[in-house]
Amino acid sequence: MEYEISLATTMAISVLFALSLNLITGFCGQISLGHAAFLGVGAYTSGMLAKAGVPFLLTLPAAMLLASALGVIVGFASLRVRADFLAITTMGVGFLFVGVVRQQDALGAEMGISAIPDAGMSKFAFMLFAVLAAAAVALLSVYVRGCWMGRVFGAIAEDEDTVRVLGIDVPRFKLTAFALGTALAGLAGALYAQQLKFIAPDSFGFIESITVLSMVVVGGIGSVVGVTVSAAVLSVLPSWFQVIGDYKLLVYGGLLFLMMRFSPGGMAALVARIFHPDRWGTK
Amino acid sequence: MSALLAVSAVTVQFDGVTALKDVSFAVPQGELLGLIGPNGAGKTTMLRVITGVVRQTAGRVELDGRPLDGLPTHIRIRRGLALSQQIVRPFREMSVIDNVALAAGLDKTASPLKALFHRQRARELDTGRGLLARLGIEQHADESPQIQPMGTLKRLELARALALSPRLLLLDEPLAGLNSKEARLLADTITEINRGGTTIILIEHNLGEVMRVCKRLVVLDNGEKIAEGEPQAVMNNAVVRAAYLGSGAASQEGERHAAA
Repeated sequence: MEYEISLATTMAISVLFALSLNLITGFCGQISLGHAAFLGVGAYTSGMLAKAGVPFLLTLPAAMLLASALGVIVGFASLRVRADFLAITTMGVGFLFVGVVRQQDALGAEMGISAIPDAGMSKFAFMLFAVLAAAAVALLSVYVRGCWMGRVFGAIAEDEDTVRVLGIDVPRFKLTAFALGTALAGLAGALYAQQLKFIAPDSFGFIESITVLSMVVVGGIGSVVGVTVSAAVLSVLPSWFQVIGDYKLLVYGGLLFLMMRFSPGGMAALVARIFHPDRWGTK
Repeated sequence: MSALLAVSAVTVQFDGVTALKDVSFAVPQGELLGLIGPNGAGKTTMLRVITGVVRQTAGRVELDGRPLDGLPTHIRIRRGLALSQQIVRPFREMSVIDNVALAAGLDKTASPLKALFHRQRARELDTGRGLLARLGIEQHADESPQIQPMGTLKRLELARALALSPRLLLLDEPLAGLNSKEARLLADTITEINRGGTTIILIEHNLGEVMRVCKRLVVLDNGEKIAEGEPQAVMNNAVVRAAYLGSGAASQEGERHAAA
């Protein structure tokens, strides 16, 4: 039973993390190849604070706030550059994070932080907490998509110059997407640190950023249900099939490529195409 | 009548090329002004200066006597401008009505916080349907813009601009790509919108329709204002004729006038 509980916790954290990227990339159309850095900021913030004696639940707002603050700074890059350049910029931020953390003795350098104090929850209670957090983020995503903010995000993803001509402050909306998405990535990071009780720089590198991006793309960019399902499935595959764990970058990179090439709308679009063949091509 | 828009001595230079040179004109409240000129005259650049997409090198633009200079595009729109673009740019992932409703939600999209706490859009959909009906494309409201012909898309572009309830509507070649019947119908609609109290600047190459609907013209050529006034008088102006027909034709014309 312990194994299943740990697996369900991993799934929930991955779903939360993928949905956080979906807010930025899926809803607002801002590509990020360095999203794992914000997972890392959340994990290190929560881990360090917990080791300093702060109760786990109080480390959560701090993790979200710090990740969000850095997210807004990176978001400023999205105001200056577009699409492919933003991809390179965010990738650089990802490398920068790992590079800086590796050199900081205060952050455990290469060895990372171990023996993070327990939250005082049973494994089952912690799983429940992670699942509830993921569910709350899924509900928040559905709400955002249905309110005026979601409508503006969708329009920005399509054609931001035209959105400006409609009197909308595009930079503020983009920064909001980054602030929200990276805060939630910080939350996922805090949960991740608490689950494993051990974190190291390599857990937040390029491979992790590609993994989460492929979860979003495979599920269907912007689709809350699609991203939730694909993140849940893809997060446990490495535990079931050793080979996937060994060739993570190859497998997830390959998936990313195949999806972009053959079904840019992800699984969500594939399903829609099967059940509503008449709408094929119009949406 | 007081001037709603005042453009004073605007000059725009791109990398040493002068796109606009010392251009001034005013648009009184309620006017339907035609801004015309040959290709490359600087008409679209002028609109971009007014909307803030292009920054002028020198000169001033004022709306209601308040300077617009230095303000970002979205604030100028909120002050009362709206633009219908030359190349139609509907949001293709949204239905026709959703395109118009998004523009009509100006007060709900004023800030991310407001946008986050508002879900309802019955009023915006009503406004949108009313505008689509006024432009005669309400039957396409729930369809995707991707399957619409150019005539519908031109009207959608105009409906979306009108949804902003502008005081000054900037139209960049709304009739381009339409056949003569469609162009005439849309020009009539533009006249009606103007009669409803909306001040309009119309950039258009279809001179027949421009002469028919505009009461006053401003003519640009090579970035300079070469004429301004009543349509008939402007079109009889030798300098304007030269700009449109080439200098050779104009000098021949001039000689003929001299001979006569």
